[in-house]
Amino acid sequence: MNFDDTPQEAAFRAEARAWIQANAPKQYEEELRKSSLGRTVLKGANILDVAKAWQKKKADAGWACLHWPKEYGGRGASPIERVIWQQEEGPFGKLSGMFIIGHGMCGPTMMAYAGEEQKREYLPPLASGEKIWCQLFSEPAGGSDVAGLRTRAEKKGDDWIINGQKIWTSGAHYSDYGILLTRTDPNVPKHKGLTMFFLDMKSPGVEVRPIRQASGQSDFNEVYFTDVKIPDSQRLGAVNDGWNVSLTTLMNERMSIGAGVATGFPELFEFCNSLMLEDGPAIEDRSVRSRLANYAVKASGLRYTSMRAISALSKGERPGPENSIGKLVAGSMVQEVAMYALDLQGAAGVLSGPEDAEVAGKFQAMLLRAPGTRVEGGTDEIMRNIIAERVLGLPGDIRVDKDVPFNQIPTKGRT
Amino acid sequence: MNFDFSDEQKQMRDAARKFLTEKCPPKAVREVLDGKAPYDKELWKGLAEMGFLGVAIPEQFGGAGAGHLELCVIAEEMGRANAPVPFSSTVYLAAEALLLAGSDAQKQKWLPKIASGAAIGTLALFEGKGNPSPKAIKLQASGGTLNGVKRPVPDGAIADFAVVAARTGSTERDSDISLFLVDLKAGGVEAKPLTNVDPTRGQAELTFTKANAEPLGAAGEGWSILTQVLDRAAVLLAFEQVGGSDRALEMGRDYALDRIAFGRPIGSFQAVKHMLADMYVSATLARSNCYYGAWALSTNASELPEAAAAARISATQAFQHCSKNNIQVHGGMGFTWEFDCHMYYRRANTTALTLGSLSYWEDQLIDRMRKKNAA
Repeated sequence: MNFDDTPQEAAFRAEARAWIQANAPKQYEEELRKSSLGRTVLKGANILDVAKAWQKKKADAGWACLHWPKEYGGRGASPIERVIWQQEEGPFGKLSGMFIIGHGMCGPTMMAYAGEEQKREYLPPLASGEKIWCQLFSEPAGGSDVAGLRTRAEKKGDDWIINGQKIWTSGAHYSDYGILLTRTDPNVPKHKGLTMFFLDMKSPGVEVRPIRQASGQSDFNEVYFTDVKIPDSQRLGAVNDGWNVSLTTLMNERMSIGAGVATGFPELFEFCNSLMLEDGPAIEDRSVRSRLANYAVKASGLRYTSMRAISALSKGERPGPENSIGKLVAGSMVQEVAMYALDLQGAAGVLSGPEDAEVAGKFQAMLLRAPGTRVEGGTDEIMRNIIAERVLGLPGDIRVDKDVPFNQIPTKGRT
Repeated sequence: MNFDFSDEQKQMRDAARKFLTEKCPPKAVREVLDGKAPYDKELWKGLAEMGFLGVAIPEQFGGAGAGHLELCVIAEEMGRANAPVPFSSTVYLAAEALLLAGSDAQKQKWLPKIASGAAIGTLALFEGKGNPSPKAIKLQASGGTLNGVKRPVPDGAIADFAVVAARTGSTERDSDISLFLVDLKAGGVEAKPLTNVDPTRGQAELTFTKANAEPLGAAGEGWSILTQVLDRAAVLLAFEQVGGSDRALEMGRDYALDRIAFGRPIGSFQAVKHMLADMYVSATLARSNCYYGAWALSTNASELPEAAAAARISATQAFQHCSKNNIQVHGGMGFTWEFDCHMYYRRANTTALTLGSLSYWEDQLIDRMRKKNAA
């Protein structure tokens, strides 16, 4: 048992470190290091521009989408090399936020289902960040139950005509392309009548409306489709086989390892180390220490769970199911941490202005952003179902709509 | 990075599991639970023959000289089987104290006996309520003898010798505490078994009356040695707790698959599925914290104090969580004497206390993290 790199891994790490040292946008390092959930701010710069510039620089030098084949803009690197890169990229990795969906989900789906020519055309600019992609799956009538989606695609000549509405689409407002899951046959059970496409987000009839979140920010959007035309050549997978195609996408969503999930613990520990309470330093208060210790072992448990997965990658093995706990644990933990940090501030915890609030309102921003982390990318409840069914082998839920033609499923008035 | 046990260590775990499945079925645990024997002597002999008792004891002292990672995988299996033997007292506490602080003669006297199963050892630390602390130690050492009372002492009524923490000065300072080795069969010590929550692991009161004792380690170093022993034992016991957590989770899962109510397996209800998923989460967090503890223990890393506290807290929480919800999944049957669920519940809640309670280790963890932060 050891934490040492193999000689090849060490060589790769040294090369990555040297390149990052020479090329990363150092002027933003401090701000990126300090940014936490709900608040990534770069003073005097547009984060989208900084992120795109960094991604392009990486791509030009062969450091973008490391695990992708070279011909599609990647490096052909091994899974462990990708993890090492993420470790070395450190705070600059926070600039990859807007590319995660494109690189983690759209790219792999294109790689599995698009034609060779399309892959060579679309994947390199996706890798380099010149083009941003989004994923158009969720709908008002299909969130956790994504197969319940209702956006219609109807064949007309060589084209498909799309009508409907998507929701919770991260980054649609700055995306160039998207992958889109639609209903092509409502007369068969819901999983059997779906088809996947990719499309240009600038196509006529696509309207993006940002959603104002409970936190006041706008990361997500509603996307409306009115007679949007998509050529059949942009279909991914067979007609009515979209559910299987979407599983490729979602599988990739959950395979990302080593990126590290935000727990809020390092921020809370630092805060408690400096905070003075009535009776003295917060860190010397027994109840504070007890709470801190409980958060500490969750955070370290997640860290070492991820190291176990990385070890499996290093040996060329497939990581076990342990990593599925990361999002579930971190999501509610970051919310509890934020609430506790505010509790320690007493009445002044209500203040959120950067000038008036403790640590510039870091925990207030975390509090307001946290509910989203327990919902996006699979709710806590869906994550528990996944663990129960795929890890523990418990039966799937009884699905009363499984064998019913989609258009006969009760909708309670929804169309 | 290779943050995992080696293939050989995993083979040893498999061998231990196979051995314990055969020699330590729930029926054997119940013999001790029902008070028919103070511990499972046959199993103890078998563990010695398998080389498990001396796995981390160097060959020159009669052990297998394998190491602490090997001991960790065996500990996990001991916890999984709920083994009713004085393994943790003898191997994690007494043997570790001897290895850390014993003279060559002391090691030569006791370690081979531990490895061969001929001697049971323990640590006599507590004197009533409370957590490990120098000021709680009142038992007096003077002129090579001990006077005072220790309780609860794990496996105290069946132990052949004990490492005893005693007072050699009158202040609250750490340096007023020293450790002694006492042959419990040599007279001057009276052992009284105490009724406890988990009868498969005995607890006793030891009364020392002019009991002959020889110093273990330098005078005044007792507290410092003790702290190290507790850290090492915390990691090892945490592996037992992880083994127990996994077993409790499996029992719950199996029952949820088997039991039909409302026309379907109860494991198809989300209330039950989610409860089991949460048990898996705590068991996984604990296992990962334990792996880090194992690494720190086996390499004697400066991170050991922090790693041990984290493993201890995480594994204590996981075992308590899994064992109580295992009963909940079983419903009424889980609350019967006949079902095995309560054996794990009992063990979870006593192992949670034997090296100091959760709140003690929480306090320790934050202290140690602060020290590292300041350094």
